[in-house]
Amino acid sequence: MVKAGISPQEFEEKIKRATVKLLMAAAVYLPRDVKDALEETYKKEKGELQKKMLRSILDNLEIAEKEKRPLCQDTGAIIFYVKVGEKFPYMGSLHKILREATAEATELIPLRPNVVDVITGKNTGNNVGNYLPWIDWEVVPNSDVAEITVMLKGGGSEAVSMMKVLTPAEGLKGALKAVVDTAFEAGPRTCPPNIIALGIGATGEIAAKMAKRGLLRPVGERHPDPKVAEIEEKLLEAINSLGWGIHGTGSGPTVLDVHVEVAERHPATYAVSVMVYCWAARRATMKITADGKVTYPSHSFLDKEG
Amino acid sequence: MSMAEYRLRTPVSEEEVRKLSIGDIVYLSGTVYTLRDAGHKRSLELLAKGEKLPVDFKGMAIYHMGPIVKKKDGEWEIVSAGPTTSTRIEAYEYDFVEKSGVRIIIGKGGMGKRTAEACKKFGAVYTIFTGGAGALGAKAIQRIAGVHWLDLGVPEAIWVMEVKDFGPLFVIIDSKGDNYYEQVKERIGQNLKEAYAKLGL
Ligand code: SF4
Repeated sequence: MVKAGISPQEFEEKIKRATVKLLMAAAVYLPRDVKDALEETYKKEKGELQKKMLRSILDNLEIAEKEKRPLCQDTGAIIFYVKVGEKFPYMGSLHKILREATAEATELIPLRPNVVDVITGKNTGNNVGNYLPWIDWEVVPNSDVAEITVMLKGGGSEAVSMMKVLTPAEGLKGALKAVVDTAFEAGPRTCPPNIIALGIGATGEIAAKMAKRGLLRPVGERHPDPKVAEIEEKLLEAINSLGWGIHGTGSGPTVLDVHVEVAERHPATYAVSVMVYCWAARRATMKITADGKVTYPSHSFLDKEG
Repeated sequence: MSMAEYRLRTPVSEEEVRKLSIGDIVYLSGTVYTLRDAGHKRSLELLAKGEKLPVDFKGMAIYHMGPIVKKKDGEWEIVSAGPTTSTRIEAYEYDFVEKSGVRIIIGKGGMGKRTAEACKKFGAVYTIFTGGAGALGAKAIQRIAGVHWLDLGVPEAIWVMEVKDFGPLFVIIDSKGDNYYEQVKERIGQNLKEAYAKLGL
């Protein structure tokens, strides 16, 4: 339980500050795996024009880090993935803390206000609104820690996402075709090189959730099921053979990786979703123990700053 | 494909713009105006009524961009400024180029036939700045000289920016009617079938 000496208010304040820092980490520092993949791509690229574009991307990352500026101006729709232990104290406060921290971060970092009323078109100005930031909950039995991952999902890459309930006859082949077609149609619009994820499940939203989960997995990491991993490898090769390349200029990789996440399906449905993440695949994770100690496994250099 | 490098300053002349070919690289200095969907729409509505726009776009550059801004000691500051997807603006750009006299369009993601037609007919180019490079973009902005139409919201307002060596900008549509992305699309058209075959589809 909470250490003697820390009041609930202090605890909440501390988690709120830690969440602002989490949002800063996501907006400013691209995760190591994505950065490595981009640097690797730069080294290998032969095209002169493409090399210049990749140079711009790498220079951009350096400036963002040095000056603590959001690396892309579209700081996205904010999605929190919360895995909270059933014994984590103040589980009930997390919802409020995450929303307040989002509003604060919007002003402090700052982030672009991206929350707009669907009927009037009015911007709330602080990235907080109905169901935004979106919070995805998972309760973990026999645990007293909370793990929170944030994703900043830009509009340009989200605009080409798809979800469709196929028939079982269309099945896996239909799913694979959906991935290739999405990548082909997207072309230069999604700031490639991209990360693409395919989700399959019983219903539309399960498939979409699986696909989003795929976008959270680090570049280069394969699905633990070898059958699924093999499909990932094949899709990676097929999409890169399309030839769109860096920013759609016809040379270099179109995707850095392809991830597939599957749930079981219903006998009558084969729901598929394809989600695209731009090269600015911004995500960050923090862990909070029951006594309020915070660490950032995805951005461990931040741990030292206290 | 050519890949000449140019350093230009706004306002640019028709002659200067007509020298550029797809694949060329431009570093731009001078005044650049941001203009997105809502800004194009309002501009065209005002021009149709014979009214004046808050800035003169003749010979100038527009940037499809909605920034992150911060106000410090009463002055606006641009924090991050990468391009937005230009395809959404295709519906307005022909008329805008014709009526405004703009010479350089900056965005990302490509534009279509109508814009290419306008570039050829009126002497303009469509260029891209590397998508997502918001911090790099902000670095080239020396100062915000003004802002108009803030009622449209921060992303959609017209930000008047003084830039220095803003780039690299890649020429995607030139004034000869060539479209880099259309050429790539033509070249890779066949690859779709091959990708299907690879997956046994
Ligand atoms: S697609 Fe991604 S990298 Fe490109 S502008 Fe949007 S958020 Fe930024």
